[in-house]
Amino acid sequence: MIATAETIEAPHVDWAGLSPLIAVFLGAIVVLLLGLSRSRSARETAVPLLSIATLAIAIGLSVGRWGERTDLIAGALRLDELTLILTILFCVAGIATVLLSWRHVAPRELAHGEYYALLLSSIAGMIVLVAAQNLVAVFVGLELLSIPLYVLCAAEMRRASSLESGLKYLVIGSVGSATVLYGLAFIYGATGSTDFGRIAEVLAGGDVASDVLLLTGVALTIAGMAFKASVAPFHQWTPDVYEGAPTPITAFMAVATKAAAFGVVLRLFDVALIDAALDWGPALAVLAAITIVVGNVGALGQSSLKRLLAYSSVAQAGYMLAGVVVATRLGLQATIFYIAVYLVMNLAAFAVIVARERETPLGDDISSLNGIGATRPALAWSMTISMLALAGFPATAGFIGKFYLIEAAVAGAYTWLAVFIVVGSMISLAYYLKVIAAIWMQPAEDDGTVVATEPVPLADGGETPLLAGGAEEATSARGQGELVGVAVVFAALTVILGIVPSPLLDVVRDAGAALGLL
Amino acid sequence: MTLHLSIMLWLPVAFAVLALVAPPRFAGRLALLGAALVLGYAVTYLVDFDSGSGVLQYVTDETWIAELGISYKLGLDGLNLLLVALTAILFFSCILWASLRQWDRPRLFYFHFLVAETAVLGALLAQDLALFVVFFDLMLVPFFFLTGMWGGARRVQATMKLVIYTLVGSLLMLTAAVATGVLAAAGPPELSFAFSDLAERPLAESSQNWIFLFFAAAFLVKMPAFPLHGWMPDGYRAMPLPVLAVFSGVLSKVAAYGFLRVCLPLFPDASDHFQTLLLLIAVASILYGSAMAFTTTEARLILGYSSVAQLGFITLGVFALNAQGAQGALLQSFNHGLVVAPALFIVALLAARASGSEDIRDMGGLGMRAPILATMFLIVAFATLALPGSANFAAEFYILLGVFTDHMVIAIVASTGVILAAIYALRLFITTMHNRTGARVESRELSLRDGLVLVPLVLAIIAIALYPQFALERSESTVAPPPTAAAELLPGGTPFAPLEETP
Repeated sequence: MIATAETIEAPHVDWAGLSPLIAVFLGAIVVLLLGLSRSRSARETAVPLLSIATLAIAIGLSVGRWGERTDLIAGALRLDELTLILTILFCVAGIATVLLSWRHVAPRELAHGEYYALLLSSIAGMIVLVAAQNLVAVFVGLELLSIPLYVLCAAEMRRASSLESGLKYLVIGSVGSATVLYGLAFIYGATGSTDFGRIAEVLAGGDVASDVLLLTGVALTIAGMAFKASVAPFHQWTPDVYEGAPTPITAFMAVATKAAAFGVVLRLFDVALIDAALDWGPALAVLAAITIVVGNVGALGQSSLKRLLAYSSVAQAGYMLAGVVVATRLGLQATIFYIAVYLVMNLAAFAVIVARERETPLGDDISSLNGIGATRPALAWSMTISMLALAGFPATAGFIGKFYLIEAAVAGAYTWLAVFIVVGSMISLAYYLKVIAAIWMQPAEDDGTVVATEPVPLADGGETPLLAGGAEEATSARGQGELVGVAVVFAALTVILGIVPSPLLDVVRDAGAALGLL
Repeated sequence: MTLHLSIMLWLPVAFAVLALVAPPRFAGRLALLGAALVLGYAVTYLVDFDSGSGVLQYVTDETWIAELGISYKLGLDGLNLLLVALTAILFFSCILWASLRQWDRPRLFYFHFLVAETAVLGALLAQDLALFVVFFDLMLVPFFFLTGMWGGARRVQATMKLVIYTLVGSLLMLTAAVATGVLAAAGPPELSFAFSDLAERPLAESSQNWIFLFFAAAFLVKMPAFPLHGWMPDGYRAMPLPVLAVFSGVLSKVAAYGFLRVCLPLFPDASDHFQTLLLLIAVASILYGSAMAFTTTEARLILGYSSVAQLGFITLGVFALNAQGAQGALLQSFNHGLVVAPALFIVALLAARASGSEDIRDMGGLGMRAPILATMFLIVAFATLALPGSANFAAEFYILLGVFTDHMVIAIVASTGVILAAIYALRLFITTMHNRTGARVESRELSLRDGLVLVPLVLAIIAIALYPQFALERSESTVAPPPTAAAELLPGGTPFAPLEETP
């Protein structure tokens, strides 16, 4: 009896190492329960505040663990600087999303508690995903991240396009998950292990690298991950889902989901499959090049800001992929840096979009920004900085990010990919500058846009097109300090990181060192 | 007054922020004060500069981003001293011109204007390739806003075209710059983009070639040179006048300077390899620019196309790949900037007297009651056409001399450009000032407000014409080592005779 009890002893759990993850899970449960409260102020104020507090605690716990490199739960998860920096990024994105959702219609429709609990669960899934160093943990993380998002996309239950977005994401996301799972199974079949370290040993040891089973597995995994990270040609769902989803959720998906997908790609390819780099490197390089072109060309004709940013996020995924392709430490660091920068730039832009959706009946059309240079300077400057940064202008973080990626690509003997990055940037100018031109060089529209200080009159009759967070949610400009705050903070960060990037570069260098690449 | 280059570099931005937060009516005065201080610094540097030493002076060298090998290194030498002075002079004149007029949203206008000054100065002062690229790309942002927000007809389309066209080159340059640093560091030394480090780590010729072409694309678009000038007509039409004056006077020179600072010393083999190609582009620009300048009737575009031709001359001098050519190119850059700005102001004054039309067919007889204005214009026109005695003459002489030694045919074809310049400059002068008075023309004399801007510039033109050595001796000691050092590496390159006295 005693002997059997010993053999099934549970693995040692390092609770301190897991603390950020635990904090987020606990927060999700508490928020869910608090959402059942009958007090309206508890639901509308306490729930989001508690969500923010949860995420802030998770950030604090992550910072406290900085510098540790240990295995958690019998090697299923890995605590290192890569996990920690991405955890911090997810939580920052989460806090911004909570602020963007504060007075949005979506949480109200999901009874507040559920909305924020789902958001926190999704973040927990992301943390599991980027910490995973075991094929099974990868899949668990992936599903935990995706399933809450399917619901969140459809959160505005009375708006058909939101439901459509949720359904589309569910179908496509499931196909992606299934593909990943299939690929992971093949990799396990070829190497005989689900553990990343063990897989790397098997690959380093023998001639498995050219095994058909392994190659099939890698190809399927790439395809599945490409769905999640919206890498062309698996990106078609992105514009539709981004456009239909509630805008705060779009922002969250654009920055956090992408960061999570790249986090796991980095660990999977640069740790487990590093010795098969000759197999997947060229394939990923071609995908990156296609993604850059498809994303940028797709964005050209868009008049909806959310669709425009969706295509732009596809293109940016291509840039980030370039850092993965080279399979060097420099590339890894460049990718992580770009993920962070990308998050900062996009959150500023999405905050402005949410603000303008409430102030005008134009929804997320570019014309909703017309003339705000004169009427809403804080929003105008934030959006301008964000667009310049996405286009890669100097004195913004986007420039440093691109510089770093190009440096990694050239040093990794992928100069042609570096040229693709800049060709993509050239195409992207046409649509980023269009947004800036609308802000500063177009007169405000009389028939839609209203002067900032007045509440927006509802469009007459029930003819209002059902735009995400559209006219119904129109509030006065005074009532959205939190949106302006998010926009200004992230725009300021974009500029600061563009001028003083060294602190972030140091952090990224630690994360790069954690994976032990050359 | 401490002679710290960073102070001069960041003064405009400091005043830009002040202008942005100050009450609108003070914005112009604040901007003017900022530009005046920069001008003061620039003049001090001109006087204090040690012409004999031939090395970088007033060097600032700090690490900016260690991880990426980018340093914040500034310095002055014979290559950029004159251009820095030109930048300070033109920005001051243009802001003076602007501040005597009313602008919509003045705070933003002067903010962008001053940011532009910092960006241009930064590109000129940078002694680190990455820093140069940063400022070179940054130059475009304020001009995008200045053109798009305060420009004329079809301003938004024009400004998009301008930015996309010129940034296509700049982004290629970004890749090329990164590749230069990374490929040069392929060995024990740490990654560094400082010009002095890069010059000691020559690249393989095959890498040099594509990198050179990427840089050349950026610079030729910015100039603009003949096949890459597509943005120029729309851009010139749309830009507000003081903006156009600095754009035409200074930004194109930064491109020419880029060749001298980056391409020749860092890619000597490629510079030699593509010498003929660049010379042919230069000659094509001279001929095309001149031909367009005496066929078009829009006064602004006449000056625009004449700039294409003049920059053709500058390119010609740069790619003579010898000291005479380089000196001629630098002197010509300075002269052209000094000449084109007052010429554009005069065009604006003429248009104001011809009911707003900038078509020279509507402008006849403007000189009737305006002898001072006519005199000013005549001096500017003579300087444009390089009348013997003008500094442009000395510069073009140097350039042609430089080219003549190795490429006689090209030099002979290019020298027809001097004749063509006489044709278009005199045509512009005669059709506007003489001829029959146009139907809607009202001839009146230069007002005090306009004279305040024009007279000092014209005096500067006369001064440099009388004493071009002032410019030449400051560039001499620097020009002699770098381009010749580049040339010495060339197979079969000949060492150059020491420069003779100015003719």
